[in-house]
Amino acid sequence: MAAFPEMKILTVEVHKWLTFPQLIHLYSVGQMAPGPNMMMIVPIGQWAGGILGAIVVVLAFFGPTAALTFIVGRLWTKLEKWPWRQSIQQGLAPVSIGLLLAGCFTMAKGAIFGLTTATIAVAVLLLLLNYKINPALLILAGAVIGVLSFMP
Amino acid sequence: MSETGTRLARPEGIDRGVPPTGAPIGQIFLEFLIIGATSFGGVVPYLRGSLVTKRNWIDDKEFVEMLSISQSLPGLNATNMAILVGQKLHGALGAVAAIIGICLPGAVIMYIVGLFYRLHGEHVWITAALKGVAAAAVGLILSTVVGLSKKSLTGKFDFIFMALTVLAVNRLHQSVPRTLIVVGLLAVLFHRPRKEQKETAAS
Repeated sequence: MAAFPEMKILTVEVHKWLTFPQLIHLYSVGQMAPGPNMMMIVPIGQWAGGILGAIVVVLAFFGPTAALTFIVGRLWTKLEKWPWRQSIQQGLAPVSIGLLLAGCFTMAKGAIFGLTTATIAVAVLLLLLNYKINPALLILAGAVIGVLSFMP
Repeated sequence: MSETGTRLARPEGIDRGVPPTGAPIGQIFLEFLIIGATSFGGVVPYLRGSLVTKRNWIDDKEFVEMLSISQSLPGLNATNMAILVGQKLHGALGAVAAIIGICLPGAVIMYIVGLFYRLHGEHVWITAALKGVAAAAVGLILSTVVGLSKKSLTGKFDFIFMALTVLAVNRLHQSVPRTLIVVGLLAVLFHRPRKEQKETAAS
């Protein structure tokens, strides 16, 4: 989600591979799929360049961070005594949460309009904060409420 | 010898007495494939159930440690965890097997969803359902933000760094890497190691 604002600019505005509503739809539906929750990049790649496009997109999206994690994973335990390790962890936490929130706002601009959608979002937020519910089920419930509320 | 006992009891992270090649490559791939195919609604609990409880490949302390590394690095927790665990079990090959395993089912599902959406995305009942789905997803992300903030933000300055990040991306339209470097550097410097905890400047 932290990548969402950047992803919107590049895929929607620069390359015009899809529209903003389509991007929001793919992202949201992707939350129901199992596994890493950014697999919505696969259909973007597929639309832009067929099956080869899908594969390239996955490699490009996960390759660099995977390589970084691999390297850091080898060093991290050795750096346990390094005082800056704690600093880096503490310092990056608010930034990564901020990026997540920024992604959320970008998406909300397209996804929240009127009372019904706002109520759905707040209800999901409160339910998840107070009860242990599988989020995929709530997304599914959102689909049902969507059909009931927005069917012409 | 009681001394050996205490030495073994002290966890040493990844380089501990557990044999480094804990599992054959096929088994790693298969286990992560199962996680990738069944982990509806968030990967972390499934990872724990499978790697710690079922397979005993890592213990709880290692799991928490790897998770905290995964969270401080860019990229998704799910894929970062796959890399770290795969690496621990079978080196680079293990890492590759684990990440392909965990990504494959979701990727295939979303490939099919993408094809279907392209053909039928304009149907009235699908557009109606997607409006509800998108709104619910906003609530889901917000709950993640709240949960993470409660867990890892300490003090009002962290909230300022968070707000600066949001401002930079949403209002000033700065790129994510640039924001990460500038605000991240400020925040890391703010949390710099101090010899003594003389907090005169901070509130």
